Amino acid sequence: MLLIDCPFCGKRNESEFVYGGPAMPARPADPSALDDAHWVDHLTVPPNPMGPVEERWWHLRGCGSWLTIRRDTVTHAIAEVRHGG
Amino acid sequence: MAAEPGRLPEGGRIDRSRPLQFRFDGRAYTGFEGDTLASALLANRVRITARSFKYHRPRGVMGAGPEEPATLVELEGDLASGNRPATTVRLTDGLVARSVNAWPSASFDLGAVNQALARFIPAGFYYKTFKWPDWHLYEPSIRKAAGLAGAPRESSNDGYEARHAHTDLLIAGAGPAGLMAALVAGRAGARVMIVDEGAEAGGSLLNRRLSIGDQPAMGWVAAAVAELSAMDNVIHLQNATVWAYREHNLLMVHERSPENSSLSGRSWRVRAGQVITATGAIERMMVFEGNDRPGVMLASAVQAYVNRWAVRSGQRAAVFTNNDSVYAAAADMARAGIDVAAIIDSRDSVPDHARALVPGMEILAGHTVGKVHGRRGLRAVTVAGRRIDCDLLAVSGGWNPAVHLYSQSRSRIVWDERLASFVPGDAAQAVLAAGAANGAMTLGAALAEGAARALAAVAALGRAAAMPALPEAVDTPYTVAPLWTAPGAAAKSFLDVQNDVTVADIELALREGYSNIEHVKRYTTGGMGIDQGKTGNVNIIGAVAERQGKTPGEVGVTTFRPPYTPVDFGAIAGRRAGPVVLPYRHTPLTGWHKDHGAVMYEAGARWRRPGYYPRPGESFQDSVNREARTVREGVGIYDGSPLGKYEVKGRDAGRFLDWIYTNVMSSLTAGNGRYGLMLTDDGMILDDGVSFRLAEDRFLVSTSTGNADAVWQHMEKLLRIERPDWQVRITNVTSQWANATICGPKAREVLAAMGTDIDLAQGAFPFMAFRDGTVADLPTRVVRVSFTGELSFEVNVRPRDLPTLWEAAMEAGRSHGIAPIGSEANHVLRVEKGFLSLGHEVDGTVDPHDLGMGWVMSKKKPDFLGKRSVALRRSAGRPRRELVGIRPLDPDRQIPEGAPLTPGGRKEATEGFVTACVWSVVESRWVGLALLTDGRARIGGRAYVRLPDGIIEVALCPPVFHDPEGERLRS
Amino acid sequence: MVNIIIVMQRYSILSLARNALSGHRGWAEAWRSPPLKDRYDAIIVGAGGHGLAAAYYLAKEHGITDVAVLEAGWLGGGNVARNTVTIRSNYMRDESIPFYVKSVAMFEGLTRELNFNMMHSKRTMIDVLQTWGMVRDRRRRRLIMDIYGATYEDISVDELRRRVPALTGGRPDSRLPILGAAVHTDAAVNRHDAVAWGYARAADAMGVEMHQKTPATKLLRGADGAIAGVETPRGTVRAKTVALAVSGHTTTLTETAGLRLPLRTINLTAFVSEPVKPVVDVIVNCPDLGVYLSQSDKGELVIGGATDLGQSFRRDIKQSVFEDTVAAMLDLFPRFRRLKLMRQWGGHLDMAHDATPIVSATDIPGLIVSAGWWGGYKAIPAGGAGLAHLIATGRPDPLTAPFGLNRFRTLDYVVETGTTTAR
Repeated sequence: MLLIDCPFCGKRNESEFVYGGPAMPARPADPSALDDAHWVDHLTVPPNPMGPVEERWWHLRGCGSWLTIRRDTVTHAIAEVRHGG
Repeated sequence: MAAEPGRLPEGGRIDRSRPLQFRFDGRAYTGFEGDTLASALLANRVRITARSFKYHRPRGVMGAGPEEPATLVELEGDLASGNRPATTVRLTDGLVARSVNAWPSASFDLGAVNQALARFIPAGFYYKTFKWPDWHLYEPSIRKAAGLAGAPRESSNDGYEARHAHTDLLIAGAGPAGLMAALVAGRAGARVMIVDEGAEAGGSLLNRRLSIGDQPAMGWVAAAVAELSAMDNVIHLQNATVWAYREHNLLMVHERSPENSSLSGRSWRVRAGQVITATGAIERMMVFEGNDRPGVMLASAVQAYVNRWAVRSGQRAAVFTNNDSVYAAAADMARAGIDVAAIIDSRDSVPDHARALVPGMEILAGHTVGKVHGRRGLRAVTVAGRRIDCDLLAVSGGWNPAVHLYSQSRSRIVWDERLASFVPGDAAQAVLAAGAANGAMTLGAALAEGAARALAAVAALGRAAAMPALPEAVDTPYTVAPLWTAPGAAAKSFLDVQNDVTVADIELALREGYSNIEHVKRYTTGGMGIDQGKTGNVNIIGAVAERQGKTPGEVGVTTFRPPYTPVDFGAIAGRRAGPVVLPYRHTPLTGWHKDHGAVMYEAGARWRRPGYYPRPGESFQDSVNREARTVREGVGIYDGSPLGKYEVKGRDAGRFLDWIYTNVMSSLTAGNGRYGLMLTDDGMILDDGVSFRLAEDRFLVSTSTGNADAVWQHMEKLLRIERPDWQVRITNVTSQWANATICGPKAREVLAAMGTDIDLAQGAFPFMAFRDGTVADLPTRVVRVSFTGELSFEVNVRPRDLPTLWEAAMEAGRSHGIAPIGSEANHVLRVEKGFLSLGHEVDGTVDPHDLGMGWVMSKKKPDFLGKRSVALRRSAGRPRRELVGIRPLDPDRQIPEGAPLTPGGRKEATEGFVTACVWSVVESRWVGLALLTDGRARIGGRAYVRLPDGIIEVALCPPVFHDPEGERLRS
Repeated sequence: MVNIIIVMQRYSILSLARNALSGHRGWAEAWRSPPLKDRYDAIIVGAGGHGLAAAYYLAKEHGITDVAVLEAGWLGGGNVARNTVTIRSNYMRDESIPFYVKSVAMFEGLTRELNFNMMHSKRTMIDVLQTWGMVRDRRRRRLIMDIYGATYEDISVDELRRRVPALTGGRPDSRLPILGAAVHTDAAVNRHDAVAWGYARAADAMGVEMHQKTPATKLLRGADGAIAGVETPRGTVRAKTVALAVSGHTTTLTETAGLRLPLRTINLTAFVSEPVKPVVDVIVNCPDLGVYLSQSDKGELVIGGATDLGQSFRRDIKQSVFEDTVAAMLDLFPRFRRLKLMRQWGGHLDMAHDATPIVSATDIPGLIVSAGWWGGYKAIPAGGAGLAHLIATGRPDPLTAPFGLNRFRTLDYVVETGTTTAR
């Protein structure tokens, strides 16, 4: 169980948060401008490194904010927690 | 009372004023308060205490702590549990224990016939045989033979609880290093938890005769414990095992029999700033032919029994070692009156500091035990052709620092050539090892390291601490020269005593190419027992290394996985039982529903809702039909409170809803609502619901009950991550509004009779509008939506007002025959109307066009979630499954929901399935909905439901059976 | 007709007895340790269940034996070494069911085929149903499974309690009363190490080479963009076809060749109890509460449950997820409160965007992936055979055709995790 240092609430157990999935690249402003292959990539291909990955967490049972954390997928160490995307 | 034959007349940490009666394998014995079951059995000279797993060989007690590989017992009565090492069972008055894996008893075990077959059942034999004709022929008897103890029965005394703790420093182990670390950190003001698995603090000091400063070591321990207990910032737990080390310095502690006697265990989740593992070291077995014979024991255990429990484990002993630690043990044994015949040391030269401890004792350096004598218990050993009579052989194969916890933290374990063991390497979390657990094998070194590690931990926490003056502590230096397997070690030389894994097994595995240590362990099952190989694993690695010409470090250590020692599942779950496993939500009317005979269902999202309200004499179908007819013909009422409700507020609220719904919401005028579909960006339906505009910058969005949480997360994430600059706030008001929905042709009359200041006339209050006002003198928001296809008023109130509102409606509706409606009737009503239901028609593969709801896909909006993907998927032109209505040709034939449709009803790939099938009260027949490939184009034709026992032919029709124009719901 | 020379020592009760009399000195190595060549017809990366099975079927069915299986760690050390050995075919869609039905059937014959006792035990799985949504979900499966010859039958709650006496929770007054149960008689458990070793030994006997401690660190592409081989610390190994069966690490490797895939790596965890005398005869699956268990022949209860969806390459168990699973188990089996946890473990797997496996050619000619297995143990025989077919012929066999990467191009997902809500 991770310990996430919420910028508003301090260090809290993962059980206070809801995992919101890996951070995908920002949704294109105009999806129709993308060709099919790029749109499919955007939707379906997440970053999957052995190392730092960014992911979204919702502090549902805390302050309610959405956080983006940078977490190492091998050590699970969290290098950064920031508010929003 | 007659003293037990093995008990010394004095000494030991037992309370001789409190004798205890206990039974083992049906016989009565006595012991004392302070005994373990193992020490009491040894005091009573019970030599055969167990049978081994595979060969049913007789075994005795071999160790003195949780490392005990041989003697596992099953406890009966209030303490009932199985597979407990006898060395960790605290003796209590009236204890009833029996050996596992033996029948009828360990002493006389019928399963022992396996011994005779031993050479036909080497490691991995089952992979090579039992194949013909079939494994199933052999499996039942093998299952019966396996399993050690019986499964526990339900017990009334199963209290467990869980606690959370945050601490600056967690210290695992209250031996010399751990206690010293706790003193240093505690004095510095850090919050400290010190946790030890033993009945009392002291660790190895309990078992040895050492001095610290000018007093016996246990005097120092007592002073340390007293000082710690006086510190408010220190929590000290005994009888508690740190059994798992998780990510982010979360450690799990299992506390057995905590002070509150109504509990059988307590689980602690401890989040620690720093951790010190001061877990000591575990002695290894020696590996030679017959090393499992009752009477062969770990030397440290023999030493512990004389010093701590005042028990002589034998009368005449030999000692077999490859290291220095046994010399002090031999001295203690001799002092206790055990006749030590000889020390057999495999090393050619024995250090003088070791010899000095046992003046006059015969030392056979450069020798090994060649043979043991005595079938049911040791009678003699042969060394270099000389027979030495003895009933006890104390052995030591060297010491393994207990690196389990350190390794569980994902920190590195490295081979130390000098200590011939694995020791802690680089740390992966905020953890330090101290004392014997770190390879500091003497008392002075352990004390110094405990203090130094505490200083480092305290400094890392940002506190200052002073290095204390270390007390003087004299101890024997430790040197070892590994002897992984004695000369001649083969088929009776046990590496894993519990699982009966021998040197011959290891050699066979290697011969067959199972060369990786993981293969060896898996092929032989070595180290896979309940003790998880605490005494044997490193010997297995050493034996493999020796045979492969490698160092043990090159062979590699296998992973240490939690738990360190087995943990009751009850302690892991704590108080999470019954409703707490899955807490449920209920509305203010739950009590009313139950009082009125409702059959309550889990309704998704942990809500419990009424399924139907059976009346006396009614069948399920009778009740559902009656309730559905009540709505179609008169008036019904249901509790719609669980519906998801969100207020979406802010300058950009309309723009936001336009983005997440397929249709346009921003064009709504205040007071009006619109049905909409929400898609994922993959272009699949996520949810449906009605949005109302409350004011220019305020919307009320409703979602399906089961999906409410997911939709909330979806909306929040989009807003906060993708559109943080938009001025929108989402407030979950699901529990702020409760509602009673009054539906049916007579709904308006009922509402009027309840008394309201809202103009209910159709022109004044049209469908898809809402009005704030009072109903039955309660402040309400009345919404005209319909999930039934009938005239319907959803009357929303504060939750505490719902019972009053409900009773008022029941009263006002009495003359119209109002009745409460459950979810079963609601299902009928929505199917008759062809309204979609998540989980029925929508299963994660469906888009709006599939449901004939293309109209909801805005063509005006340049973008909304899912638009691009729906277009992309449809551009491929693959046939889609589309929603149709079905009528079985036989009107009385019910179709199971979920039934497949296949071409012609043949046994081949499906072309769709029946999403719902209900007895229609308007058609008086079974009707249904289905998703069918190219279904819309096939309306008017036939399709075939394929069931295991037959085919049901159905006529395809539009997916609406009642009021296709929607006149009734608008009325 | 393929002619393969099989050089394999027969295992039988007679050979065991004969060897017992000679001190078991006559047993041959189960597989060789040949020198690593610099070129093969095909390379399979990963000596886990799927990689080894593919190697075996490649030799047996397609006569391709100039094959190297490269393994970073030890043979059979993939997820085949860490799972709950649950073999079943109770799926929901036409794309999946026939594949798993075939795989279950292949498992049944494997002991004979490979002359290695897999201890295949048709224990039967019973799904315990506690919500009407789940009842409907299982009914839908039952009715479509029948088309493909898989068995799935409803039984009453009384019958469930008769067959699983230890299941004393879920009474009518409890939080989630048991509403019914579904019996999947095809379901089985077997011995996972035996599966890996049996395939390895048989593939070796036909000439396939297995190289342990030989990680592929980089995929090599030729000037034409096609796959050319792999780099390893022991040197470059070339082949025109490279297949990846490296659960969890698929993207780690494909990204060395610039190929991104719709996969992310997560952990699946399981744990076992102390060994006890027989107490549960069947595989009991409780999908509503999220726990399943069976009892091994050694007496240990093997327990799996909730999944942590966070990305992770760390074989770890998440305490909160673990506690959820234990609490769920104790709710249905209160007598296990006094039972003890003995060992727990995790394995990583890569989950596809639609949570359905991928057995597919890729945009890099010659590079084939078998990935996205989640519960992939049961799929080892048919998945291995499908992978072998793809390697040998360049096209998928009919059973694995639905699992191509092509489905993502048009977003035609195969969704087995259907949403279920009670009405």
